[in-house]
Amino acid sequence: MTENTIERVATSTLLDWYEQMAVIRGTEKAAHDLFLRGLVKGTTHLAAGHEAVAVGTSAALRPDDYVFATYRGHHHAIARGATPEGCLAELMQKATGVCKAKGGSMHLTQADHGMLGSYAIVGAHLPMANGAAWSAKLRGTTQVAVAFFGDGATNIGAFHEALNLAAVWKLPVIFVCENNRYMEYTPIASVTSVPNPAADRAAANGMPGVLVDGNDVVAVHDTMSVAVERARSDNGPTVVEALTYRHFGHSRTDPATYRPPEEVEEWMARDPLTVARQRLLDFGASREVVDAADARAAEVVASASRAAQDAPAADPAQAFTDVWADGGAAWRT
Amino acid sequence: MADLTSVQMTTYRDAVADGIARELRRDPTVVCIGEDIGKAGGVFKTTVGLFEEFGAGRVWDTPISEQAIMGAAMGAAMTGMRPVAEIMFSDFLACCWDYLANEIPKARYMTGGQLTVPLVVRTANGGGLGFGAQHSQSVENWALTVPGLKIAAPSTPSDVVGLMASAIRSDDPVVFFEHKGLFASKGEAAPPGHVVPLGEARVAREGSDVTVVALAATVPLALAAAAELEGDGISLEVIDLRCLVPLDMATVFGSLSKSSRLIVVEENPYQGGWGATVVSIVADEGFEMLDAPIRRVASENVPLPFADALEQRVIPTVDKLVEAVRRLMSY
Repeated sequence: MTENTIERVATSTLLDWYEQMAVIRGTEKAAHDLFLRGLVKGTTHLAAGHEAVAVGTSAALRPDDYVFATYRGHHHAIARGATPEGCLAELMQKATGVCKAKGGSMHLTQADHGMLGSYAIVGAHLPMANGAAWSAKLRGTTQVAVAFFGDGATNIGAFHEALNLAAVWKLPVIFVCENNRYMEYTPIASVTSVPNPAADRAAANGMPGVLVDGNDVVAVHDTMSVAVERARSDNGPTVVEALTYRHFGHSRTDPATYRPPEEVEEWMARDPLTVARQRLLDFGASREVVDAADARAAEVVASASRAAQDAPAADPAQAFTDVWADGGAAWRT
Repeated sequence: MADLTSVQMTTYRDAVADGIARELRRDPTVVCIGEDIGKAGGVFKTTVGLFEEFGAGRVWDTPISEQAIMGAAMGAAMTGMRPVAEIMFSDFLACCWDYLANEIPKARYMTGGQLTVPLVVRTANGGGLGFGAQHSQSVENWALTVPGLKIAAPSTPSDVVGLMASAIRSDDPVVFFEHKGLFASKGEAAPPGHVVPLGEARVAREGSDVTVVALAATVPLALAAAAELEGDGISLEVIDLRCLVPLDMATVFGSLSKSSRLIVVEENPYQGGWGATVVSIVADEGFEMLDAPIRRVASENVPLPFADALEQRVIPTVDKLVEAVRRLMSY
């Protein structure tokens, strides 16, 4: 494994990343509040706490690069161009949802920005990211593909199949593990043969494995920039394991009481927003400037929440569209 | 009369490679992926010549890694390519079933139409060759359980080429079942530019007494039964469905309006077989067309055994179909 070092970024750039993270955090809190009010249906897997992984990675990508996410994917959808309004509308079963209310929280997608889906079968999208990377290589576009996944995905077959093929075909793909220490409710360390579930498996597949502080947006950006450059210059895939922590439980019904209080306290003190805010102040930004970013983010989220709540409900007729490429659902003559 | 000496004949096996090659030539986004499909030409020799003509950039050998194959095909399909993925034996679809059950057929729908997945999954299907329980199954009914997949299963060399063209050009995912028992069979070669639309059944033989609905290897089986029964003055109309999705029930009903009797002959197991879907539609919508009960000749509900004598006991045979027709005619 290689070490990563922080490089100084422009204060204005970091402020922009901070504001993006604040928008994501606010959207996740709004989703939680709307759920408690009975307005968000089904389930949600909130990514509060993981914002730096999404924003730091996105900042290292080109707009035409590809991203694949998991059912805990709100942050990636927003970081890659989905609007908070479109995401909240999707969660509230509104016609204006990013997936016309046919996907829900677990499948947020913004394909016109290269965010090619959130997948709810653990590990399934890692081989798909290979496919997008393979396609980029075939078409000679120098695009790269990123697959985000949780620590729990590192013990499923698709993860291992994906890493091997990516290395054999030297694909421009980066596998980004968001290691939040818990595979649903179970500590990942108790069910995994190596200490670093993603990074330690990289060597076995002939590629670099890198650990990074997933709560530090600058560290994520710097580490990802190296991996992206390696992929884009046809030097092959990388595994990046970002250490992070969930602020909520696994899903809507989980209070996460299985996590030791001192562990929660330690990680909450290292909230990615707190880390970024402190770095901004260290860089010389004023409190007023940072507070103003918070205020702008809060207004974006409040406005999105209002608009999503006011949007029309999904039309039942939409149940019979989008099965086939002709837009319909006919299966017989 | 056609001059029979000028009709070019070919095998079903060679038609597979021919059908893929035609599409590789006409569309640079078509790319093949699978185990042993390149230099080796495929374990069934169904991709012979492709690597030599199109090279390693169009014909990609993979590790034994079915999930990696299907995921790569899916990711490439949603980003501008038209992958043709081979899963060597259809039994192995179970190794990557997530992609056929949860990912590929649902990607367009659950994203509200944002994603398009124009790919073909080719696979060698069916029994009769003594390969035992894990290499002989007819699993076209597995694919039929999942809305969002189109399903083709040709019975002749020219249909292999024509349906392959439609499958590869389709913007929807298509599972393409090549029957192992038919690879050595011969038929007319497809003419240049030959395309068979998905979802159009073919009347393989016209008849008046009983409609026999068949697919893939049960088509020649039904034609053999028809020839045998002709001597007894029983006339079978044999319909080759060609596809299970889209399912051409219009052709089935057209035939039933003449015959009023229906037998479905299918190689997948009786339990959950595709014939159950066909007959349930007839029961729902065409009950008054019938003069006799509907019969299904399907594989028995046991794993496929190895020994020829046992396998023949389990899968549909000409004798079983002939007997079913005779009983139906005496109803």
